[in-house]
Amino acid sequence: MAVRAGRALPFPARIARSEAALPLGLLAPTIVFLTLLILIPVAQAILLSFQAVPGTLGFEAYRRMVTDVAFADSLRNTLLLLILVVPVQLVLALAMALLIHSRFPGHGVFLYIFALPLAISDLAAGIVWLSIFADTGYLNSALNGLGLTTDPINFLSYENLHLLLGTVIVAESWRATAIVLVILLAGLQLIPREYFEAADLFGASRFKRTMLIVLPMLRPSLQSALIIRTIFAFQTFAVVLALAGRQLPVLSYQAYDWYYNNRNEFIAAAFAALILLMTMTVVFFYLRLLRVKDAEIQR
Amino acid sequence: MTAASAPAKRASLTRRTVIDRVLLYGAAIFLAAWTLVPIYLIAVAAFSESLAVYDFPKSLLPTQFSTDTMSFFVNSTGVLPSVKNSIIVALGTIVLSLAIGAPAGYALARFRFPGRDMFHLAVLSSKMFPIAILSIPLAVAFIGIGLYDTLLGVVIIHSAMVLPFVVIVTAGVFYSVSRELEEAAMTLGTSRFGAFMRVALPLALPGLAAAAIFAFVSSWNEVFAATILTVRERTLPAHILATLNQSPLYFKFAGGFFMIIPSLFFIFFMRKYLFNLWGPGR
Repeated sequence: MAVRAGRALPFPARIARSEAALPLGLLAPTIVFLTLLILIPVAQAILLSFQAVPGTLGFEAYRRMVTDVAFADSLRNTLLLLILVVPVQLVLALAMALLIHSRFPGHGVFLYIFALPLAISDLAAGIVWLSIFADTGYLNSALNGLGLTTDPINFLSYENLHLLLGTVIVAESWRATAIVLVILLAGLQLIPREYFEAADLFGASRFKRTMLIVLPMLRPSLQSALIIRTIFAFQTFAVVLALAGRQLPVLSYQAYDWYYNNRNEFIAAAFAALILLMTMTVVFFYLRLLRVKDAEIQR
Repeated sequence: MTAASAPAKRASLTRRTVIDRVLLYGAAIFLAAWTLVPIYLIAVAAFSESLAVYDFPKSLLPTQFSTDTMSFFVNSTGVLPSVKNSIIVALGTIVLSLAIGAPAGYALARFRFPGRDMFHLAVLSSKMFPIAILSIPLAVAFIGIGLYDTLLGVVIIHSAMVLPFVVIVTAGVFYSVSRELEEAAMTLGTSRFGAFMRVALPLALPGLAAAAIFAFVSSWNEVFAATILTVRERTLPAHILATLNQSPLYFKFAGGFFMIIPSLFFIFFMRKYLFNLWGPGR
């Protein structure tokens, strides 16, 4: 409620005006905290990445980053995971969201089940799927039990890079589809019921209704889901480490490795800055590509 | 429409609904199995005898229930201290992130002020920065001020990580607590602070509890910063990650299951607020 200028202010508005400084006071801790712990560190990380040679500013850290033996692989793997995982998550989550949204009897239980992985960490998810994909794991046991294979398939070896990548894609899709589901369901709930009723009245099939009404109206939610998942896809790290170890380097792992194992914060910062740059580029690209109006960004 | 065709149409409609229903439940059950079976399997692995993980082919059913693997995990060097650290850090993250973020959420819900939209956008976009880019300079800075390898240091970065979510979700919570009630209390002579403490806060408690649970689980799960910022004072995920190369499979499986436990309760408490967290912001 805006405070109107004038003599006869209603009582609450009069209180509000006498407390003009209150909102600022309430926001101040958050502003200070975000500045100290997000804004300044980001600036420092970028600065660090240019300071590899003491006392000078230069591209030494970046030069060493691109000549890192695992650089090309980690860049390729990170992008591959992004391109392969995000569409799978979107399709799975859309299927789940449309199912839940049809409000069939028992949909509450299914929402609870679908949302379970929401709070499972990437490290734990990697270990869960390790129990399935390991040489003596459950998948090999099942394939053997069904008589499909005699010897275990080596899913987690560098020799079968496609299978190895596949296991990470499965684990990531399993874990992070839930976030996309929640975003899409929230979006579905914003579509007025009348639209669905009107479509039914004109005899539109469920498929037609989905394609012509639901998907276009869901665009802002699809876009936020795409952005959030992309941001996190660039940070994929522990799930890969649990399943593939160092056989499948990704950018986040390289940042971790350079800092934690090699104690070189400059090259680590260069990798982190690259992740940030790629994140911002892709987000910008999405916003342009999907041509959102300001009103939609605000939502 | 003739009288004769109407019943025929109705009959085909019901057949269509039956097929619809079968497809619907079939898809729902398939997707539920996709979600649940891996959780079930890691539970079976965690409650089998330790060396049973190397059996092949192994049964998908819990044939020999045993707590050996779990007790081996819990009693391994470094696990109990790291669990204790994880709990302390997660509780600390709740306190710090709510102490800082809840007032901001309240301000967003109650006041119109210049720069409100900008603040909202800044909070939303601060979710975008990768934890990697925050951890590395903070590790360097924490070494300088003695916060490196301390639980407080981890609490601080975890709070920064969840703060944007806490602000958004508490704004949603206070928004749903009627402001008229607070204004009525003020009309009856309490201060704004008194009205907040006696009216808004009790009504907002369930929502604030949800924000607290979110902060707890986020901190409990976070591994990158916790690993980068500590050497000895490791949290559980940091400990498991650091020992990943040399630990046996059954240790990993027990650890994986152990880490999942809180998340199974998470959804139960968060149901009502899920859409506040990740839905379109207000």
